[in-house]
Amino acid sequence: MLRQTTYLTKRYGVPEGWTLPVYERDGGYQQAKRALSMPREALVEEMKAANIRGRGGAGFPMGVKWSFMPWPPKPEKPHYLVINADEGEPGTFKDRTIMELDPHAVVEGCIIGCFGIGAHAAYIYVRDELHLSKARLWGAIKEAREKGYLGAKPFGIDYPVEVYVHTGAGAYICGEETSLLNSLEGKRGEPRLKPPFPAQAGAFGMPTTVNNLETIAAVPVALAMGGDAFSKLSDLHDQKDGGCRLYGVSGHVNKPGVFEACVGLTLRELIYDLGGGVKGGELLGVIPGGSSCPILRPDETVNAPDPKSPLHRWHGKNVLDVPMGVETYRALGTMLGTCCAIVLNKNTDIVLAMHNLMRFYRHESCGQCTPCREGSAWLFRILDRMVHGEATMEELDRLHEIADNIMGNTICAFGEGTAMPALGFLRKYRKEFEEHVRTKGKSGTGRLAL
Amino acid sequence: MTKFALSPDREKHVEEILSRYPNRQAACIPVLHLCQEQNGWISDEVVEWVAARLGLSAAHVKGVVTFYTLFNKEPVGKHQVWVCRTLSCALRGADDILHHCEKRLGIHVGQTTKDGKVTLRTAECLASCGTAPMIQVDKDYYENLTTAEVDRILDRLIK
Ligand SMILES: Cc1cc2nc3c(=O)[nH]c(=O)nc-3n(C[C@H](O)[C@H](O)[C@H](O)COP(=O)(O)O)c2cc1C
Ligand code: SF4
Ligand code: FES
Repeated sequence: MLRQTTYLTKRYGVPEGWTLPVYERDGGYQQAKRALSMPREALVEEMKAANIRGRGGAGFPMGVKWSFMPWPPKPEKPHYLVINADEGEPGTFKDRTIMELDPHAVVEGCIIGCFGIGAHAAYIYVRDELHLSKARLWGAIKEAREKGYLGAKPFGIDYPVEVYVHTGAGAYICGEETSLLNSLEGKRGEPRLKPPFPAQAGAFGMPTTVNNLETIAAVPVALAMGGDAFSKLSDLHDQKDGGCRLYGVSGHVNKPGVFEACVGLTLRELIYDLGGGVKGGELLGVIPGGSSCPILRPDETVNAPDPKSPLHRWHGKNVLDVPMGVETYRALGTMLGTCCAIVLNKNTDIVLAMHNLMRFYRHESCGQCTPCREGSAWLFRILDRMVHGEATMEELDRLHEIADNIMGNTICAFGEGTAMPALGFLRKYRKEFEEHVRTKGKSGTGRLAL
Repeated sequence: MTKFALSPDREKHVEEILSRYPNRQAACIPVLHLCQEQNGWISDEVVEWVAARLGLSAAHVKGVVTFYTLFNKEPVGKHQVWVCRTLSCALRGADDILHHCEKRLGIHVGQTTKDGKVTLRTAECLASCGTAPMIQVDKDYYENLTTAEVDRILDRLIK
């Protein structure tokens, strides 16, 4: 259900909203101060109760992740908090708004996070292109340090915390957490084999928690409200998917943008109520949470007769009316991802849309795994032939095989993030693809823009 | 060819960067950015200098440079124009913006104008999808673009 909130976006649009005086006027840094005098277990329990599902794509419960850190920390093995602000997933543009408009929420979240996981240093990994974001974060860090909220004794409490901004240099794969750690360490951003997981051996080989930037920015709000109360903002509290979050919508809508609402918003509400409706006519499909999430068609119906299914309550309903949650969307065969939807209207050439994304994946594969490197190249090559009216039906079928062969055969989730949306396009728009091949491309509109 | 060295104030910045990390290698990417800011691109001399400065092998630094798209492996124009062409932008006219830039600058993607002022490139999703189409010029984003605005932006660069 649509319930817009302003917990995370309160300072958006406020003059100088990114500065310390404005943040403190709204009660800023009181939660960090409070957290540093709480018992660590109490803080982690509070965060578990908040049911903040990771906002970076995988939806892992944040509090549970914090609790995976070895305890107590060993002096010879310092812990690190690493914040993922690589924001490279096509269609995703929410973390950037927080960094630009409310960077102090990030810094405060980092202080609380460091304490929660036993770290004394946090690195915020920001993609290099986001120059304003980096400047705002550094500005907030400087202000906080000058006030004595960071450094050797934050708020006069004997728990040193430093926060740093680290920059990438243009590589989507560095959003993958182990690749990001390599990049932070000054190496090529190639993903690592897991295990070991970052909680055992992460940054600089030390126990590390990687949280998405929006995830950590929600921490001060959740702590102020109380974990349970925060979680209950959500319609999906019973599925342990709590609170409020940022939603993005882009592509063919009348009012693209970032909006804050309680968890449980439906795609229909995102597109029509917040996004102002589909631009230039009817809906063809929606990529719900960044390009790695398989596309949904507006004529799909939920089929979940099993009362145990997280979707059962919506059995028989249209997919657009299912609350956007980690479990509900997984059960739909797609993913909630970053909660930033890309909307395609009926005039969109679906083959061109897939071609656009597969070009992206071919470009961004780090090349370590053969199925991913070769597979993404082949997917693009065949689609390119298809766009030019040269592909055969056999090649259309080969696309399935290639995608299937990537699944489960790679070091990191980039492989699935390429293959799953590819299979989504092919299965859900089979007729359109066949038509396209049969007519040598003449059945499509040949356009993505209106 | 002259040997590369960072200017004194940038060199001071290196010390500050080093203080953020438990080892010197972690400074590799930030220091390469500093060098590129000064030199425009990462030449072999820059690689050698960074390697020596951070106590790394030149092969390591070279490996890093070749991995990341934002490190220029050859000289580029004074200004960089990046046109985002990924799906959200493409749905709102990125292709037209790109063709328009090519026409206006008289070059193709990947090329630099003859006077060395502008290099035109494509970018993958720049986290600006809600304000598409968009381009990045050096460090600045220009969003919700029309071709008329692109003209104004480009004219300022090439005049
Ligand atoms: C190819 C790939 C790219 C990713 N890109 C990002 C990203 O840009 N930002 C992000 O927060 N997480 C990204 N992730 C997810 C991270 O690996 C990790 O799950 C996340 O940062 C954990 O934070 P969270 O639990 O708070 O979501 C990516 C994962 C993959 C496989
Ligand atoms: S799956 Fe792809 S991106 Fe991930 S490690 Fe393998 S080759 Fe690299
Ligand atoms: S697709 Fe262009 S900024 Fe995201």
